[in-house]
Amino acid sequence: MSTPFLSVRDLRVHFSTEDGVVKAVDGLSFDLEKGRTLGIVGESGSGKSVTNMAILGLHDPRNTTIDGAIVLEDKELITATEREMEQLRGNKMSMIFQDALASLSPYHTIGAQIGETYRKHTGVSKKEARARAVEMLRRVGIPQPDVRVDDYPHQFSGGMRQRAMIAMALVCDPELLIADEPTTALDVTVQAQIMDLLKDLQQEFGTAIIFITHDLGVIADVADDVLVMYGGRCVERGSKKEVLRAPRHPYTLGLLSSMPSLDGPVDVPLSPIPGSPPSLLNPPPGCRFHPRCAFADKVSGGLCSTERPALEVVDGRGSACHLTDEQKREWFADFAAARTN
Amino acid sequence: MSSNTPLLDVSGLTKHFPVKGGFPIRRTIGAVQAVDGLDFQVAEGESLGLVGESGCGKSTTGRLITRLMEPTDGKISYRGQDITHATRKQLAPVRSEIQMIFQDPYASLNPRQTVGKIIAGPMEINEINPAGGREKRVRELLEIVGLNPEHYNRFPHEFSGGQRQRIGVARALALQPKLIVADEPVSALDVSIQAQVVNLLQKVQRDLGIAFVFIAHDLAVVRHFSQRVAVMYLGKIVEIADRDDLYGNPRHPYTRALLSAVPEATVEETPARERIRLQGDVPSPINPPSGCRFRTRCWKATEKCASEAPPLVQVEGNKAGHLTACHYPETAETVPAPRLAKDSEPAA
Repeated sequence: MSTPFLSVRDLRVHFSTEDGVVKAVDGLSFDLEKGRTLGIVGESGSGKSVTNMAILGLHDPRNTTIDGAIVLEDKELITATEREMEQLRGNKMSMIFQDALASLSPYHTIGAQIGETYRKHTGVSKKEARARAVEMLRRVGIPQPDVRVDDYPHQFSGGMRQRAMIAMALVCDPELLIADEPTTALDVTVQAQIMDLLKDLQQEFGTAIIFITHDLGVIADVADDVLVMYGGRCVERGSKKEVLRAPRHPYTLGLLSSMPSLDGPVDVPLSPIPGSPPSLLNPPPGCRFHPRCAFADKVSGGLCSTERPALEVVDGRGSACHLTDEQKREWFADFAAARTN
Repeated sequence: MSSNTPLLDVSGLTKHFPVKGGFPIRRTIGAVQAVDGLDFQVAEGESLGLVGESGCGKSTTGRLITRLMEPTDGKISYRGQDITHATRKQLAPVRSEIQMIFQDPYASLNPRQTVGKIIAGPMEINEINPAGGREKRVRELLEIVGLNPEHYNRFPHEFSGGQRQRIGVARALALQPKLIVADEPVSALDVSIQAQVVNLLQKVQRDLGIAFVFIAHDLAVVRHFSQRVAVMYLGKIVEIADRDDLYGNPRHPYTRALLSAVPEATVEETPARERIRLQGDVPSPINPPSGCRFRTRCWKATEKCASEAPPLVQVEGNKAGHLTACHYPETAETVPAPRLAKDSEPAA
């Protein structure tokens, strides 16, 4: 098998704080090919954003320890110098943040902010950079781009700001795009527009996209593959179809069954996951999901609370759970049947 | 009070915020028409969902009903009593019957008060002394919302987001209200926690017979919680109907577009729903489009839509109580078939 475009192996990101060490990401591995979209789902504090900040090298080295390997093509990113990272960021890989208003400078025009990245990496003149900014704005569907390029962020609506952010991220035709909850702050009708835009751009340029979200509905729309994170670890991965139709981890199952839908039965209560997400200062031993898991007592010998379940991935499909495949087939069957109808 | 008087009756409710500008003398140069002529009723024990995108005026509506804001125009009656411009004193007895649950469980609880004090707050203000004392009542309330009564003396920071929202619910229940206005009560919570709080609210609504005005942008959550649903766009109600009618037979193009834009966590070979992609953004409420406010994004708009605002009426083919404000309503045939088929089946 050829080497993947992006390969993350046993990534560990730990922060030292006054209260102790926070194990925000604790042994995460995944691969991503060009032209594919990997959706990372998880709740707040599951480590999804921390993972991606680590890929971009955005953590403060004074209080962060990063172990493992992140290889982009043949370049090791963890040990790369700040200078090398600067060459890559905005050029080969770039990021779209959740809050477009907070991520754009209020004192500079949209055009100047888009052009700055381009000039830095290509060394072109201001005039050329401006022309490029207009072209990018046109590409992301901003009306009258040659006029709007001189606007300031506050003159844009929320959806337009997010489009401008995308234009800025794509200005150097990056090969890897990390989108961290890019649509969470938007209304559903605008969210649909932005997701379509990302899909079109990916088709055109073959960009590899990591799409971080807490919304499984968004995942179903944009992702090819899904990685479910819980408490800093990957609990399940596979193709979108496999994970959403026949989940193999009780957490994924719980997430899917707790969501109200637009056409499911209405007069039955929802089935929430009890409890709340773990503290990463003092995570539960063994499987981090076991205190909230409905199946934990069905595993003999209390394995769930003592031993970390291994994540075995075969053909990109795997889950980290002590239940056997037969047990899952039996207990998850009702759910799977209801979903495939 | 006769039995057919609705608990809450709102007619022509309007709120315009003045926009100041000009130099050197600042004067009012326009108005944000946040809410513009709403008519709706809430019956006793009923849950009405208000949905719409940001800026459509749903939160303003909530604040007007609770009289946290003074309406510009229109009328609000609570149990037949006009409270539109009631004074503080006149409002006092009504206020204890109308409570509110807020969106942000971190900002809506005083960090320097214990949970016991927070929940007892409404009783203190209204000088209510329940049998057995306030502390006993607070412990009962904690139990109702699924928290440990022993946590009476803890502070808000010791609780997670979902637990804090439960504290907010307990506080809203303290005065045995008849109506609760819940403004995005679950949107700040994680997915796995949302369901817990939705279930709690549903239990409270059914067991205690409290009417709800449930404000949310999440159509799936609203569908789960509300018996009737109103869809708002730029300060106006564009469609209001019983839940099953609204989701199964949406007649307003905006309702249809909104429903079709909700991403669902299902993978289907043939999509059950035809996607409708709306172009552009919601126009500014300072200068809303003439006629129908949705016309700038509507694929059916004609000149009539620009010149004449469509009234909110029962269009042909609708059940009683299903009102739509559109000159060219959608018909049943244009609604994707699988959804209708699923909805007409009894809940399994």
